[in-house]
Amino acid sequence: MHFGIFTVGDVTPDPTNGTEPTEAERIKAMVTLALKAEEVGLDVFATGEHHNPPFVPSSPTTMLGYIAARTKTLLLSTSTTLITTNDPVKIAEDYAMLQHLADGRVDLMLGRGNTGPVYPWFGQDIRNGIPLAIENYALLHKLWREDIVDWKGKFRTPLQSFTSTPRPLDGVPPFVWHGSIRSPEIAEQAAYYGDGFFANNIFWPREHFVALINLYRERYAHYGHGTPEQAIVGLGGQVFMRKNSQDAVREFRPYFDNAPVYGHGPSLEEFTAETPLTVGSPQEVIDKTLTFAESFGHYQRQLFLMDHAGLPLKVVLEQMDLLGEQVVPVLRKEFAKNRPADVPDAPTHAQLVNTQLTNAK
Amino acid sequence: MEPLKLVVISAGLSQPSSTRLLADRLTSATRRHLDQSVEVRIVELRELASDIAHNMVTSFPSAALRDTIEATLAADGIIAVTPVFNASYSGLFKSFFDVLFFDTADETLLAGKPVLISATGGTARHSLALEHAIRPLFSYLHAMVVPTAVFAAPEDWGEGDAQTQGLARRIARAAGEFAELLKGKPVHERTKETVVPFAQQLAALRDEKQN
Repeated sequence: MHFGIFTVGDVTPDPTNGTEPTEAERIKAMVTLALKAEEVGLDVFATGEHHNPPFVPSSPTTMLGYIAARTKTLLLSTSTTLITTNDPVKIAEDYAMLQHLADGRVDLMLGRGNTGPVYPWFGQDIRNGIPLAIENYALLHKLWREDIVDWKGKFRTPLQSFTSTPRPLDGVPPFVWHGSIRSPEIAEQAAYYGDGFFANNIFWPREHFVALINLYRERYAHYGHGTPEQAIVGLGGQVFMRKNSQDAVREFRPYFDNAPVYGHGPSLEEFTAETPLTVGSPQEVIDKTLTFAESFGHYQRQLFLMDHAGLPLKVVLEQMDLLGEQVVPVLRKEFAKNRPADVPDAPTHAQLVNTQLTNAK
Repeated sequence: MEPLKLVVISAGLSQPSSTRLLADRLTSATRRHLDQSVEVRIVELRELASDIAHNMVTSFPSAALRDTIEATLAADGIIAVTPVFNASYSGLFKSFFDVLFFDTADETLLAGKPVLISATGGTARHSLALEHAIRPLFSYLHAMVVPTAVFAAPEDWGEGDAQTQGLARRIARAAGEFAELLKGKPVHERTKETVVPFAQQLAALRDEKQN
């Protein structure tokens, strides 16, 4: 199972003192967190992609390429790559390039994005959101698997005898996750291709995601990729920890109360009761995260949101120490128990290369 | 036979509230017109006010609000009563119907559902808010709105005057029309969200291209 962090890359003032990092500081902080992720024994770092303030990460492969050069084992991913407004040809090329530079330590999570105004900035129309996600991915999938592509679609200029370069490393495309909060169509798309499905469950109640993930699992089996239990599922999580639960709550409350996504709404207590957010001791985080497998079945990837709402870098680094030292080792052990042998592990490049060799024989 | 499920939504703010009083009278009048068993669920939006506001901020309902939303969507009929504020429904009333669709963009979830609309106000001059604001809201949602909408001004709670022809009569007429709709053909069943198979989604794009 993969454990890691995902970041939105927001520049948010610290509500306790008004300090706001510069774009440069925030970008460097994201890199620092990625390096820290490897240092504390996490498996994955994923960055968001945004094209509007207050967010900084507009160019994920630039950032991930830099991180690749400074890490050895960390798997680099996205949360999410916009399949709607990016040209699939450029995605095919950028991530194949990154794959070579990072020796295969790359996968990506595709999403539609949720900001309507972004679409016209890239020549698209939000009313085509789902059709764009479907057609663009169909092309991306082909570009990574066929050396010479003839293609005609609705949303971009046709291709004739086109070869996207570089070709995927070892002829194996990066593994793809499809991220979604609410669209059954995306669960269906992930199932159709036998790709991973990442349910970003951090802001919503459990029942909603049980339905969405079950749909993905059933359709994964329907399309013949394996049993429902073998489908590749990723989940989000959001935590703030201190040794003593009360200290965590006291320290995190002003960040919660003013957080851009859910601030000025329900209380911290109400929100933790309804969603995966855990504010408390490392043991409480362990307990809550272990319930995910009960609700959603055995899964392959757990990403935590750690840096947001204006939390200072120093505090986030302390959080990552706790995550790496006290939480993830226990979760690895506990999740491994009772895990049926035929539930696949989280996909890696090496494993995909192996599968390809086996299939070729 | 399953009891008929009625959800009664009252957006009254004070306690006791004339809006709730009107809702109760409409409910009992409706019962009198039906000879089958009726299961009534009264929803005081006042008690859900902060849940509704939180839903606006977080995009998901609390457990209590979710339960109310599910009951509303599953009801055979709805009685909806709001005070008139600034020539329209109250913000709380509108907000409830705004968050009703948190899980879907489908604004036809109330399609075909009988809805009895009613309002209270500080003066009879507010009465047409029912026709100009509240009826269009439910028409937009494809509900079957009862032709008679009931407005109660302060004087209605007494004897009425030359212009007001008796609140009791209007309640009886509206309840009768509502009951007829409830007794009529079965309410449009909510279709369970079904997924369009992926191959079909891909094919749809191709077909569009050829046209």
